Amino acid sequence: MTSISLAEVADFAPVSAPAGPRSRVRIALAIAAFAVLAGVPLVADDYWLNAILIPFLILSLAGLGLNLLMGYAGQASLGTGGLMSVGAYATYNLLLRLPQLPLPVSLVLGGVIAGLVGLAAGLLSLRVKGFYLVASTLATQFFLEWLFNQFGWFSNYSTSSSISAPRLAIFGHDLSSPAGRYLLTLSTVAIVTAVAIRLVQSQTGRTWMAIRDMDTAASVIGIPVASGKLKAFFVSSLGIGIAGALWAFAYLGTVDARSFNLDRSFEVMFIIILGGLGSIVGNYLGAAFMILLPILLDHVVSGLFAGAIDPGQLENFQKALFGGLIIWFLIKEPNGLAASLSRWKPWLARRTAP
Amino acid sequence: MSLQRTSLRLQTIKKAVAAAAIGFSFAASATAFADDAKTQYFPLATFRVGAYASSGIPVWAGVIDYFRYINEVEGGINGIKLVWDECETNWEVEKGVECYERVKAGKNGSPVPIFLPHGDPISKALTEKAAADKIPLVTIAYGRTEAIDGRVFPYSFPTVFSFWSEASSAINFIAEKAGGKDKLKGLKIATVYHDSPYGKETQVPLALLAKTYGFEDIEIPVPHPGNDQSAQWAKIRQLKPDWVFLRGWGVMTPVAIKTAAKVGFPVDHVIGGIWSGSEEDVRPAGAVAKGYLAITPFPAGSNFEIHQKLKKYILDKGLSDLKDIKSFGSVYYNAGVDEAIIAVEAIRTAQAHFGVHPINGEEAQWGLEHLDLSEKRLAEIGATGLEQPLKLSAKDHEGGGAGKVLQWDGEKWNVVSSGWVKSDRELLLPLIYERAAAYAKEKGIALRDATN
Repeated sequence: MTSISLAEVADFAPVSAPAGPRSRVRIALAIAAFAVLAGVPLVADDYWLNAILIPFLILSLAGLGLNLLMGYAGQASLGTGGLMSVGAYATYNLLLRLPQLPLPVSLVLGGVIAGLVGLAAGLLSLRVKGFYLVASTLATQFFLEWLFNQFGWFSNYSTSSSISAPRLAIFGHDLSSPAGRYLLTLSTVAIVTAVAIRLVQSQTGRTWMAIRDMDTAASVIGIPVASGKLKAFFVSSLGIGIAGALWAFAYLGTVDARSFNLDRSFEVMFIIILGGLGSIVGNYLGAAFMILLPILLDHVVSGLFAGAIDPGQLENFQKALFGGLIIWFLIKEPNGLAASLSRWKPWLARRTAP
Repeated sequence: MSLQRTSLRLQTIKKAVAAAAIGFSFAASATAFADDAKTQYFPLATFRVGAYASSGIPVWAGVIDYFRYINEVEGGINGIKLVWDECETNWEVEKGVECYERVKAGKNGSPVPIFLPHGDPISKALTEKAAADKIPLVTIAYGRTEAIDGRVFPYSFPTVFSFWSEASSAINFIAEKAGGKDKLKGLKIATVYHDSPYGKETQVPLALLAKTYGFEDIEIPVPHPGNDQSAQWAKIRQLKPDWVFLRGWGVMTPVAIKTAAKVGFPVDHVIGGIWSGSEEDVRPAGAVAKGYLAITPFPAGSNFEIHQKLKKYILDKGLSDLKDIKSFGSVYYNAGVDEAIIAVEAIRTAQAHFGVHPINGEEAQWGLEHLDLSEKRLAEIGATGLEQPLKLSAKDHEGGGAGKVLQWDGEKWNVVSSGWVKSDRELLLPLIYERAAAYAKEKGIALRDATN
């Protein structure tokens, strides 16, 4: 996957990594990986694209956004769902009211608007920390949910205050097929991931980590804590906003404010906790765990026991099994899947070495 | 268990493990046995766990019992037996989309004729996907109201009773009680609604009806989930409306009934909407619910002719999907039977036109648009009084638009309206077409020719 090869750069490269032969190889590998992923629609059917790959990529992106804020800058937030809805509603209104803008521009502008809302929500982080900050982001979540439900303007006065995707097209190419929506999602996620990797390697990323590790120490040695925190809120919300717009338009097609409720915020937070805080590749692993595992369980369990056990019981059993797996996993690997991956890597290298 | 069956079971398990080991070819079920197409596949999206499971379980029992009746007693639809499997949605959009994608290719060579999304948000997320895949979505008493215009929404069928018709029928019932539509003038009618997209659906039609008939339309939102409504009912006490129209969901309904009783508002002047009108809604409110009214397209009762047959051939033989036999003939059970009747009759209509074979989505769409459930046909099925006469067309995916008003006597529901209370569809349809046209413009959809 694109991110895996690039993520190592993120974790280990120095701030000003020279473009040596090793990193060139990695960039080439990343491009090759992207090309392979872009070829997926040739072999995958609608089920894989619509039901698995698209939501997986979008939730990875939302995880990436939150990870920048929570994993790198150390500011926990439960406003993810609300900020996703800002991205979705902002992009919808841009596409609707300024149809001359091309889709990518609307998508980025929608993200920027979500970023600004996130920045405003982040102002409180200058005063409060830890659990108190989480409580204030909770307020953001509830306020945004209320706002989009309450005021018809945001949904163009639709009867049910839900918004539905306008025609998705880039330069005349129709993107409304599953393959088109997948490619739109994949390219967006790849670009945002690449930007995020550059960002965490840069001065900004180092500032965030200094704030995360100890903000008093950071401010003593002259790191601009306030602007660092606000930057983190802006960039994180931008990524989350783009994920929200993709969720609405590339995945579901129609959403309302309740599609982005507190459950969504928790889901994204679990993704990064399971995947690994402060890791880029962890977002993908965490999203895979949260999205793919329940579906896999469902297929295996219903394949084995269909007809033999009452379907309601079977469903409850799966839920218990999934919960048990999460607990087992967090006990075994408190630092997330990314930590396991970095442990397996030398082992894999030994095995594959000639 | 016999030896043979044990070894069969073992073989199945082995097979499943092998399939799993090969790398979980998720779509495997759709490919095998392409020639064994003498059955009609009908996937069911269900929610047996989650917050709304209790209202869902009787619905599929109704659907499954009717399907079993068709298979066991009538030998299938013109000899084509129905087969179904379940996919759990938890009433969540993402899982609903996953289920739809999982089943849409059909099973063992038998295509999917109709998909019942069982969930308003799921049906909205599937609107365009189903149109692209040519699989009709039948959403009875929920779903997008504008989809009544089949020229814009060829594969969405908000059949029988839309939320707009619900509002209009409720007003017409009030008129029936007041002694004529001219008596509506000057009345105060308060709508207490769940503050969600679903709850707000009736604001536009009620505003139009208020303007037409001259009653005062008061709108009072209740935030989700509606555990505490003292503020809303204090306001009602102060405004003294003549009637309250209650559009609740889940726990909101029993709390509303109890709070109404507490502030002294007469419960027999509260009319619940479709999703505030089941046994599960009133029982938790206890004795104070006695006298409460509800409008529904699914009248409760187990004395309809079809129920006699279901009892004789399915329930008494232990074939029923119902765990709790008390729910036989409840509002939700009958909703399931209604849904199944419409699906089966649409398939039958399609078979009459395309030939007797398993019907695909495109053929079922034709079948739905030419569905004509006349009084005569309903009598043959044994659903007179249970189901209203229904005639669909490309321009009209709703067809019926009438409900019955039930009253809770503390034990069970009784019908108190004089037959089906019709809505003012001729008044509402132009507005619905206007909204569908606006949707078509926003999406760049060309209107389909409605003359076929």
